[in-house]
Amino acid sequence: MHPYNRDVSLFAWRALRGYPTRTILMLIAMAIGVAAVVMLTSLGEGARRYVTNEFASLGTNLIIVFPGRSETAGVNPSTMMGETPRDLTLDDALALTRNYNVQRIAPINVGAADVSWQNKKREIAIIGTNHEMLAIRHWQVAQGKFLPETDLDRATSVCVIGSKIRQELFGPQRALGKWLRIGDRRFRVIGIMGSEGRSIGVDVEDTIMIPVASAQQLFNTPSLFRILVEAKSRDAIEPVKQFVIDTLQKRHQGEKDVTVVTQDAVLATFDRILGALTYAVGGIAAISLFVAGIMIMNVMLIAVSQRTAEIGLLKALGAAQRQIVILILVEALLLSALGATAGLIVGQLGSMLIRHAFPLFPAYAPAWAIATAILVALLTGLLFSLLPARRAAKLDPVTALSGR
Amino acid sequence: MISLQHIHRDFQVGDQVVHALDEVNLEISAGEYVSIMGPSGSGKSTLLNLIGLLDRPSDGHYLLNSEDVTTLSDKEQAETRNRQIGFVFQAFHLVPRLTAAENVELPLMLAGMPPEERKPRVTQTLESLGLTDRAHHKPDQLSGGQRQRVAIARATVTEPKVLLADEPTGNLDHKSGDDVINVLESLNNKGITLLVVTHDHELGERAQRQLKMRDGCIVSNQLNTTGHASL
Ligand SMILES: Nc1ncnc2c1ncn2[C@@H]1O[C@H](COP(=O)(O)OP(=O)(O)OP(=O)(O)O)[C@@H](O)[C@H]1O
Ligand SMILES: [Mg+2]
Repeated sequence: MHPYNRDVSLFAWRALRGYPTRTILMLIAMAIGVAAVVMLTSLGEGARRYVTNEFASLGTNLIIVFPGRSETAGVNPSTMMGETPRDLTLDDALALTRNYNVQRIAPINVGAADVSWQNKKREIAIIGTNHEMLAIRHWQVAQGKFLPETDLDRATSVCVIGSKIRQELFGPQRALGKWLRIGDRRFRVIGIMGSEGRSIGVDVEDTIMIPVASAQQLFNTPSLFRILVEAKSRDAIEPVKQFVIDTLQKRHQGEKDVTVVTQDAVLATFDRILGALTYAVGGIAAISLFVAGIMIMNVMLIAVSQRTAEIGLLKALGAAQRQIVILILVEALLLSALGATAGLIVGQLGSMLIRHAFPLFPAYAPAWAIATAILVALLTGLLFSLLPARRAAKLDPVTALSGR
Repeated sequence: MISLQHIHRDFQVGDQVVHALDEVNLEISAGEYVSIMGPSGSGKSTLLNLIGLLDRPSDGHYLLNSEDVTTLSDKEQAETRNRQIGFVFQAFHLVPRLTAAENVELPLMLAGMPPEERKPRVTQTLESLGLTDRAHHKPDQLSGGQRQRVAIARATVTEPKVLLADEPTGNLDHKSGDDVINVLESLNNKGITLLVVTHDHELGERAQRQLKMRDGCIVSNQLNTTGHASL
């Protein structure tokens, strides 16, 4: 006595169609759960890919040096003694060029200053750096030239401005050759950045770049914010990193008071963090699947009590308890499967919409998230209908049929 | 073929025990036509449900074809119901979302019969009950008499040995009630064992054997040798 699978599914399907309101409500609950998982993980994954892409656009074969020991490197005597780490200086930067594997370096100094031209005045982010920055970051100059190739310690009074600043300060007028006031000094505009240069931390359109020595004077500090070191090749990254560490340690009286990270390492860290974030949001979204499961249980319980007479009848016609259980489970499973499919479609459409609205943001739900969402949907549907199914199977057919 | 020995069926209602069946002994041979009458609450339905394996006795033995069926597992009882017993209820109990043909097909589907074998049997059963042109109607598109005929088709499509009818005409007007009884009697003429619970004396007296119940006991067991009396 085993009914054909096809017959059982068809019977369950007819049962679902027989109670459209209930079925549609359940489908929506399940669909919301699955769609939430798909869309939220696609956001997480999008963030991960976005950051990865941005890091790649930061430059190639990059080594980043900044002052102070990183926390993860552990405690060393100097931090124990409460000493502040030594500054990174222009001489440090210069020393780093003296290696065959180093392609180029760019010291960086940052700050903000009031910038004015005629009667227009604004506070703007200022980057002090050298001519190599352009090549390291793969930036483009739209008009004029980038910073001139000079000795690092020469403070020339020239600046390169972002396109947005050009627009705000000069409007339709010619900007090249004009003298801007930055803080208490005057700088001649020699170049305007292209608008495509956008990367992490720097909105090139909205910054002004001046020679690093000028920035040190402007902000009255001998120290650097970062030194970017570009290795000749991928294979050269590790030797260069070691060279940087050794050189700076030697120059700082044996103290390891700088942090040297490779772009790869930073990338891997972000990748890990954002990957974990994706898991987390996926997990949170999966809670809604659980809620949908509980709803399925309630609705199936109601369905069982609504259909007591029918279940009693099926027993009278020769359905064993096991068959009743299977009928109810298949019905719930069908419901979850349809809901999951609907949710998948909605979720994918949603991520597509996000990608459409933010073309830079690659919001694709990862395959594991989709698979898990569907699996969890089916499993909760199944698990939560076990109780209603058992209740149906245990129904006393005489009572059920008499409607007592 | 049906043998009830010292059957008791007690119900616990609160702290009171209701003896729905109290020491029932009954032998019914294959092909008999038996009517069961008695006042409300006398245990008629309980007896029928017990014979139909929808209920188990509190005490006593029930032999169906000389096999003790009281000790069968749920699965075996379900199989026996499917193969050997047909039920007709006062309230029809058709599945509202299924057509007449699909309702009739249900027991065959539960038995795991392949679809291509089911269809001709359903068609034939519906035809023998004059329901061919109603095959694809839903229950709410059928009259009461037609619904009960669909229910009879469903009860007999598995070709059971026993047909149990609990007040099959209770929800019908006189004319369609007569129709239904005629159908049941013609099935009995073809060899099915027929048990009908009824409140209608006229109907009850048409059976070859008339059982009268009171307070859970069979108080009279009368053979009517004239067979089907004409109205
Ligand atoms: N599930 C139950 N729980 C408690 N008592 C029950 C149950 N089923 C039947 N009874 C009791 O058993 C007795 C017999 O009931 P049964 O339904 O067999 O009567 P009946 O002869 O079919 O009556 P009617 O003509 O009204 O259908 C009644 O007193 C009834 O209250
Ligand atoms: Mg009754």
